[in-house]
Amino acid sequence: MTVARFWRRIPQRYNLIGTKCETCGHVFFPPRAFCPHCRRGGDLHEIQFSGKGKVLTFSIVHSASDQYAEQKPYVLAIIELEEGARMTTHIVCEPDEVYIGMPVKSVFRVLDAEGADGVIHYGTKFVPDE
Amino acid sequence: MVGIITYGAYIPRYRIKVEEIARVWGANAAEISGGLGVFEKAVPDYDENTATFAVEAARAALARRSVDVSEIRAVYVGSESHPYAVKPTAVTVGEAIGATPVMTAADYEFACKAGTAAIQTSMGLVASGMMKYAVAVGADTAQGAPGDALEYTAAAGGAAYVIGNDDPIAEINETCSFTSDTPDFWRREGEDYPRHGGRFSGEPGYFKHVESAAKMMMERRGTRPSDYDYAVFHQPNAKFPQKAAKSLGFTAEQIKPGLLVPRLGNTYSGAVPLGLAAVLDIAKPGDRIFVTSYGSGAGSDSFDITVTEAILDKIDRSRAPSVESMLNKKKYLDYAVYARHKGKIKV
Repeated sequence: MTVARFWRRIPQRYNLIGTKCETCGHVFFPPRAFCPHCRRGGDLHEIQFSGKGKVLTFSIVHSASDQYAEQKPYVLAIIELEEGARMTTHIVCEPDEVYIGMPVKSVFRVLDAEGADGVIHYGTKFVPDE
Repeated sequence: MVGIITYGAYIPRYRIKVEEIARVWGANAAEISGGLGVFEKAVPDYDENTATFAVEAARAALARRSVDVSEIRAVYVGSESHPYAVKPTAVTVGEAIGATPVMTAADYEFACKAGTAAIQTSMGLVASGMMKYAVAVGADTAQGAPGDALEYTAAAGGAAYVIGNDDPIAEINETCSFTSDTPDFWRREGEDYPRHGGRFSGEPGYFKHVESAAKMMMERRGTRPSDYDYAVFHQPNAKFPQKAAKSLGFTAEQIKPGLLVPRLGNTYSGAVPLGLAAVLDIAKPGDRIFVTSYGSGAGSDSFDITVTEAILDKIDRSRAPSVESMLNKKKYLDYAVYARHKGKIKV
């Protein structure tokens, strides 16, 4: 990811800033500039998600790309935030801890880094919400 | 009066036992644990560093009390393990708590006392009327070379303080410092691990600075050790703060709640901020807290703090995890996995 592309995504990655269509009530993460339901009738505003949600489905990744190799095996999941939007995210827990329906909450972590001398990408992951 | 508006702490969930490190290096675990008074230390997860600790601690502070983040006009992060050599950790914290862009920010480095230096700067900015709130963080992922004495204690964690004038949960009655150029511990640019003066660290380093700053504080306030309910000293191991406390006249009961090092290790810039957070977790209105940090190089910052009624009704301490609960939530690693966590294995 280029430095400029990461920089543009800081608000959504650090603070879970998405969008909500005031016409139909749908919420989106990552943020959309256009409501796919209301089309031209859409009225999108930024919202900050609470960071609480639950696991809809998950996968245990044993064969990881280079930047995540040291973290394997790790849990990759689709979660549903309590406001309604769905997102793909890491769940920081042991692979045998995760289950469908598990409540999760957001934490601030390193997502990856561009090698030892490049930019560090911070953002949101999720942990079990006990 | 200027004081602590709210506070938050963060300790990662992994631990390694001193006896496991000793096993790898062929050292006598009982002798090391007995000598240092440290039994296990906190280890960061693969995706954690000083910046993530600082953000989690600052967010915990803001979860406990509703603070208008647009009034936070300064963020200072003290650490000796900032993730970048050039690029501030404090801007990441500012962005992650929503305080940017109308704020100033900088990183501090003063071995183990950079966090208390950040608190002092924040006090000055608030007391002078330049701003309503400032955030001071002390956090570290401390480094010790494999097999070095530091490896038994170098730990990870941090705490954050929102400093302000407005109904503080604890008033900071006074702060003073004692500083000199003493080469007891250092790390040169580009080196992975620090070096230290071994036994030299104690006498002209830790004890001289801690005791001088502490005595200066009690002289200025006209107080004696018995006037305080709690005392928190910098804790590179359990022996140093216990010895300093005893020679100053503090009792074992006064220092126990803030003495986390036996179960946490030395979190460097996070050590005194975390010790104070553990005391604030249990403090009642009227409690008086004596705090003295120490940073090699060398200097000590002393604080005289009085807890106010606001700790009961202006913050909800249960909205963020207590230091005790984070100390108890742990998963042990063996040395090999610990070495992977700390990036000690280069591939």
